[in-house]
Amino acid sequence: MPQKTHHINILEHELVPKHEKLTPQEAVQLLKQLGIKPAQLPWITIDDPVVKALKAKPGDIIRIIRKSPTAGESIAYRYVVVDTLQPKKRGV
Amino acid sequence: MPGKGRITSIKFGILSPDEIRKMSVTAIITNEVYDNDGMPIDGGPMDRRLGAIEPREVCPVCGNTRDSCPGHFGHIELAKPVIHVSFAKHIHMYLRTTCRVCGRLKISEEERKKYMELLKNLDELGLKYLKKRVHEYIRRKAAAQTKCPHCGAKQYKIRLEKPYTFYEEREEGVRRLNPAEVRKRLEKIPNEDVRLLGGDPNEARPEWMVLTVLPVPPRAVRPSILLETGIRSEDDLTHKLVDIIRSNNRLRELLDTGAPNAIIEEEWNLLQYHVTTYFDNQAPGIAVAKHRSGKVLKGITQRLKGKEGRFRGNLSGKRVDFSARTVISPDPNLSINEVGVPIDIARILTVPERVTPWNVDELRRLVINGPEKWPGANYVIKPDGRKINLKYVDRKALAETLAPGYIVERHLKDGDIVLFNRQPSLHRISIMAHVVRVLPYKTFRLNLLVCPPYNADFDGDEMNLHVPQGEEARAEARLLMLVEKHILTPRYGGPIIGGLQDYISGAFLLTNKSTLLTREDVIELLGVAGYEGEFPEPAILKPGSYWTGKQLISLFLPKDFNYKRLAKIGSAAALRCIDEDCPHDSLVVVKKGEFLIGVLDKASIGHEAPESLIHWLVKEYGEDTARLFMDYVYKMFLRFSEKYGFTMGYTHLLLPRKAREKVKEIILEKKNEVYELIEKYKRGELEPRPGRTLEETLEDEIIDLLSKKLLDAVAEAITPYFNLTNPVIIMARTGARGNPVNLTQMAAILGQQTIRGKRISRGYHNRTLPHFKPGDLGPEARGFIAHGFVEGLNPIEMFFHAAAGREGLTDTAVRTSQSGYMQRRLINALQDLRVEYDGTVRLPTGEIVQFRYGEDGVDPMKSDHGEAVKIDRVIEKVIGWRI
Ligand SMILES: [Mg+2]
Ligand SMILES: [Zn+2]
Ligand SMILES: [Zn+2]
Ligand SMILES: [Zn+2]
Repeated sequence: MPQKTHHINILEHELVPKHEKLTPQEAVQLLKQLGIKPAQLPWITIDDPVVKALKAKPGDIIRIIRKSPTAGESIAYRYVVVDTLQPKKRGV
Repeated sequence: MPGKGRITSIKFGILSPDEIRKMSVTAIITNEVYDNDGMPIDGGPMDRRLGAIEPREVCPVCGNTRDSCPGHFGHIELAKPVIHVSFAKHIHMYLRTTCRVCGRLKISEEERKKYMELLKNLDELGLKYLKKRVHEYIRRKAAAQTKCPHCGAKQYKIRLEKPYTFYEEREEGVRRLNPAEVRKRLEKIPNEDVRLLGGDPNEARPEWMVLTVLPVPPRAVRPSILLETGIRSEDDLTHKLVDIIRSNNRLRELLDTGAPNAIIEEEWNLLQYHVTTYFDNQAPGIAVAKHRSGKVLKGITQRLKGKEGRFRGNLSGKRVDFSARTVISPDPNLSINEVGVPIDIARILTVPERVTPWNVDELRRLVINGPEKWPGANYVIKPDGRKINLKYVDRKALAETLAPGYIVERHLKDGDIVLFNRQPSLHRISIMAHVVRVLPYKTFRLNLLVCPPYNADFDGDEMNLHVPQGEEARAEARLLMLVEKHILTPRYGGPIIGGLQDYISGAFLLTNKSTLLTREDVIELLGVAGYEGEFPEPAILKPGSYWTGKQLISLFLPKDFNYKRLAKIGSAAALRCIDEDCPHDSLVVVKKGEFLIGVLDKASIGHEAPESLIHWLVKEYGEDTARLFMDYVYKMFLRFSEKYGFTMGYTHLLLPRKAREKVKEIILEKKNEVYELIEKYKRGELEPRPGRTLEETLEDEIIDLLSKKLLDAVAEAITPYFNLTNPVIIMARTGARGNPVNLTQMAAILGQQTIRGKRISRGYHNRTLPHFKPGDLGPEARGFIAHGFVEGLNPIEMFFHAAAGREGLTDTAVRTSQSGYMQRRLINALQDLRVEYDGTVRLPTGEIVQFRYGEDGVDPMKSDHGEAVKIDRVIEKVIGWRI
């Protein structure tokens, strides 16, 4: 069956929690507040669909705001990295 | 800066042949172990230079006796190199990623530079995980290369056949690479390339993974044992070393005499086999080496691996001093914070107590009592650190010299704090601190209320006890680990310590409306509870003075305590109370510390009953208030149960003839329905259920009829004959023990027995037992039991019941082993996580796992049954009423 691929914005999908890229200032502030280096944040690979949708680059930090049954809203951060385990993708 | 004598890091590497030779005190050249006089032969596997192990033997190398000789290594020069099995995978990686001709990493020069730069940067940033992934990436990329970017040589696929054989798949055919060829290739890899692949050329050159020299461990590592028969029996490793030396010498001889290649190959393979099984006798793909007796030999790997291996068995599972283990038994007269310790154990376990002007007299008395008489002491440590065993000295004289600065290791006595533990220690409340009570007899005694956290019963369970030896440890135990601090479980924030079984039926009977107590009763009950306040006014004056159980409970409740909750008995629809004016008395109401209506049962005083009376007492008045309530009031429950004479017997389960007939009628009716179904099936009129075959549909419907529907109908028919005066019903309804289904099973009928959710069908050909015709689908032939325990089962029914009961036992056996393994894996993965002061969950190295513990930052133990705050309870507390 021929099917036209519609380009949907996954960020708008109901099941995708809110993602946003931190500005450099916000990133510096966050790292200072937590007292860590960026790589000590949980990682998210550059190949993740949501990272692509945000057009984030390695080294960026993403804020994820999720609905939580216990806390109402929970905020998490991800550090964008290149996944070296997938050689076909761009170089390191 | 690292402190003096402090370990800052540990580095593992591979011994180079040179290092092996350098640390060796002698070459081991002969497989002969002892001469005719039974003395070790020099140059044999038990050479004396490998360290002194016999008593009074002096080591020829270091001059020490066996107590201080550290043991010395020897070495074997191998005639031909052999692969070290444990490194076969690493060797394979090096062979695949480097050129077979020039030995360089199969990655172009400029790319190499780039990666080197990247790795240097990552190293400086301390990103070891990312580094690992880069190495993995380089390996994959290099291995995929079919032509060397440096010399242009064509590359072939290299296959590792487990455990240690390498093949190169060339166009002309597959060729085996012998260890010498493998080693030659590894030697050619430049140091820089080793680093790029994640290796460390200083500590582990790749060619060192192919052995040319084999270290021979000291004798102390593999001592021989003298059997009763006077025959010496050597350690498995020594046996294996003998095999290796024999094979090695033969191989050298063959090489020297220029034997044909095939024969040399064969001996070489044998040497490889012996060296492999010496390291790992469970390597996949090769035969295990065995003794002549057929017993499997233990390799070095087998010494380290597994539950009884060096790591889990001897290092993690080290046996400790100041501990005891014995059978446990119950003692309701102890506080829940206490543990009864047998006097025999109290005489062995000690607490070090520093002598001060204030305790010197007492400690002198203990020293004089000595190790035999409790309370005494076993050792005295002088200020110079000398330890004196009180068994062998003039204790009176020693007691005189006792002065501040001395330490007395005195016996365990009442009031000491100890840790008490029952395996499997699955959660933190498997180890709690108890206060010692030294008691006669030989078992540890504990209050029954603390059985749930330990999951203990008294069918022979044993428990362990540990005595903390430092002030800090004792303070932590008392403040953090004491039983009363763990009444609430961290699992869901409800009480895990609480009433069970006859505590619950006793509480129900005591607080029941129909219970009226005489003055003597009240004195006795308040006596066991240790009540010291004013004697309460009677609730009833005419025709005589009577007190209610509720009154007695009120005496122990805080004066501003409010509580309202449906009792457990109210969960049965027939006994539910909607408001306070209700005849069933199943709504518990406490206002201003006054127990007004309702009965206490599992919902109010039971264990694992959240939002209960106990729960709110702990949360609102503190653990000690709740603990005192448990220590005092719960004793009344037991005493009242005893006074009442609470018991259950056969007669409590008997049904009148009319009811029995009714039950038979119901059974017959359902059985007839089953027969009808079977007939319908045989006539081909049965409609299959969606997604099921005809046979499955029939089985499903029969099971439906015979288990659920039948039991419900029977239960309905017999309930009128049982009420809350019946002890069986009291236990089932209050939550003390059993449930209404058990009652039906005892009094009326067990119903359909199943295995894996299906009627019993296996056994003989087309039938379960020879008592039935083949193909019989009727209820009796397939595990239907038409009797209850009161009537008794016939032999066939009894067989089916046992068969179905077995399933439950095997299931639990399988489940425990599986969940045990899962627990191990989870704990290994999570043990180092911790909640930091900023509320984040992190690894010890600072990596963040959660930005806020559990997303909401709530400690489940301090929560109200999972919620941070239970608003309803706050309102109830303030306005004294539940809305
Ligand atoms: Mg048991
Ligand atoms: Zn020595
Ligand atoms: Zn090359
Ligand atoms: Zn009612």
